[in-house]
Amino acid sequence: MAVREHNGVKVWQRRERAKQFSIWAGYLAVTAVFVYCWQLMSEKTVWFFVLDAPKQAADMAARMVPPKWSYMDQLWMAVWDTINIATLGTLMALVLAVPTAYCAARNTTPSVAFVRPIALFIIVSSRSINSLIWALMLVTIIGPGVFAGVIAIGLRSIGFCAKLLYEAIEEIDETQVEAVTATGASNAQVTAYGIVPQVLPAFAGISVFRWDINIRESTVLGLVGAGGIGLQLNASITNLAWTQVSLILLVIIATVVLSEWVSAKVRHAII
Amino acid sequence: MNTATTAPRTWKKPPLIKSARLRWMLGIGAAIYLALAFGTMEINWGRVAEGIPRGQKFLGAFFPPDFVSRWDQIADGIYESLWMTVTSTVVGIALSIPVGLGAARNLAPRPVYLFCRGVLAVSRSFQEIIIAIFMVKLFGFGPFAGFLTLSIATIGFYGKLLAEDIEDMDPGQAEAVKATGAGWFQWLNYSVQPQVLPRMIGLGMYRLDINFRESAVVGIVGAGGIGATLNTAFDRYEFDSAAAILLVIIAIVMFVEYSSSYVRRMVQ
Repeated sequence: MAVREHNGVKVWQRRERAKQFSIWAGYLAVTAVFVYCWQLMSEKTVWFFVLDAPKQAADMAARMVPPKWSYMDQLWMAVWDTINIATLGTLMALVLAVPTAYCAARNTTPSVAFVRPIALFIIVSSRSINSLIWALMLVTIIGPGVFAGVIAIGLRSIGFCAKLLYEAIEEIDETQVEAVTATGASNAQVTAYGIVPQVLPAFAGISVFRWDINIRESTVLGLVGAGGIGLQLNASITNLAWTQVSLILLVIIATVVLSEWVSAKVRHAII
Repeated sequence: MNTATTAPRTWKKPPLIKSARLRWMLGIGAAIYLALAFGTMEINWGRVAEGIPRGQKFLGAFFPPDFVSRWDQIADGIYESLWMTVTSTVVGIALSIPVGLGAARNLAPRPVYLFCRGVLAVSRSFQEIIIAIFMVKLFGFGPFAGFLTLSIATIGFYGKLLAEDIEDMDPGQAEAVKATGAGWFQWLNYSVQPQVLPRMIGLGMYRLDINFRESAVVGIVGAGGIGATLNTAFDRYEFDSAAAILLVIIAIVMFVEYSSSYVRRMVQ
């Protein structure tokens, strides 16, 4: 507690003087970096376009209403594709994430020195590349379509699922594993009866959580040609068909809200 | 007699889903769904087979990646991504504080609460890329559009977590400060802020990390940053430059992630 004498009266202050100054110095540093970055960014910006933006926005909004409801007939298939990309991609990621997590968790990995770093590297590289970049790569490699989207989502999600799963495996109660081992169970049996039941709820939670994120991500994969509703969005924007764009945006919001609701329900039921 | 030696009943693992009917229904439903999903997915195996050598070429490009011939463009893109990350994180967090305060049920009156929750929900339901497309349409190509996109995304993320954190705080401290006769701002500064600050600094660092990752993709639709360079490299089949860009992105992401987890540990 910092108390300071001021004209013979004791005044309470929240922090010691040195600490207060170091906090101010921190704020100053952040502000300086921010101003510097802003300066660099502003040099690359055409401010005329920025000043013009409110007028443009009003214009665009006016063109977007009313949404062209009849276009919905062509959208059902795109929505179905989008959901498939997210679901199949999540499934693929889960299948691959389980062995990766098993190798990455300190208490189950076959070798800490050799296998674990490889598993951790897979997790990091999968996590640091956005699914849109994965899609960009896969579209050039295996061609445009839903399949590239599924694989892109799958590759992006391995890292996420494996990271959360291996953390769950590392946090298990070792006494249960010991108890199963004491019955004379083999290695595979110990995994099946000592470890799996403990991480199964976490696993189910992770998969639904990632599925929800993937629905959101798969709405944009079409922009680079990897299938889903993004294809229609891109085409409508290119054709300046703003009434179609607004309908697509509404459909995306509805899908995302619905998937969030489903995932919240399922996670609530499991945990 | 054999039967005397075998156990009268065998133990079975309890299933994850208790009700047998629900279990069967989920299983059958999943099977039907998978059949339909794979049925409607058109896979052009010929095209996939054609792509495999190209994929090998791409993987080969990682050994060694070509940092040199496009280094100027790569460096430009990376710097642009970094400015965008910093400015959008700062502005996004600054804007999300009032929204987050408004969206906390125990702080804000009902109409303000509903309005702020609405703002958060809208800014969260669109992917960054979709927001970026519109920002590019409105504000022109370049990092400013990317900056706005990431700021909006930051508001949704940070505001929601801030609001939830405030809702979870200990009301005892807040009441104690109020009992001293503190004004609203004093109350906020001495009872709410110290309770949420450590976690929020950690989340701010985490958001910086996310914003850098996202800044690498908003460029694909023209909103500045390294994404544009990457897209061009792919379009021109310059796989070795693309590999170099990806490695730079991974390196920076790892650096930001480690330093942010270091800061988080220091604060908490």
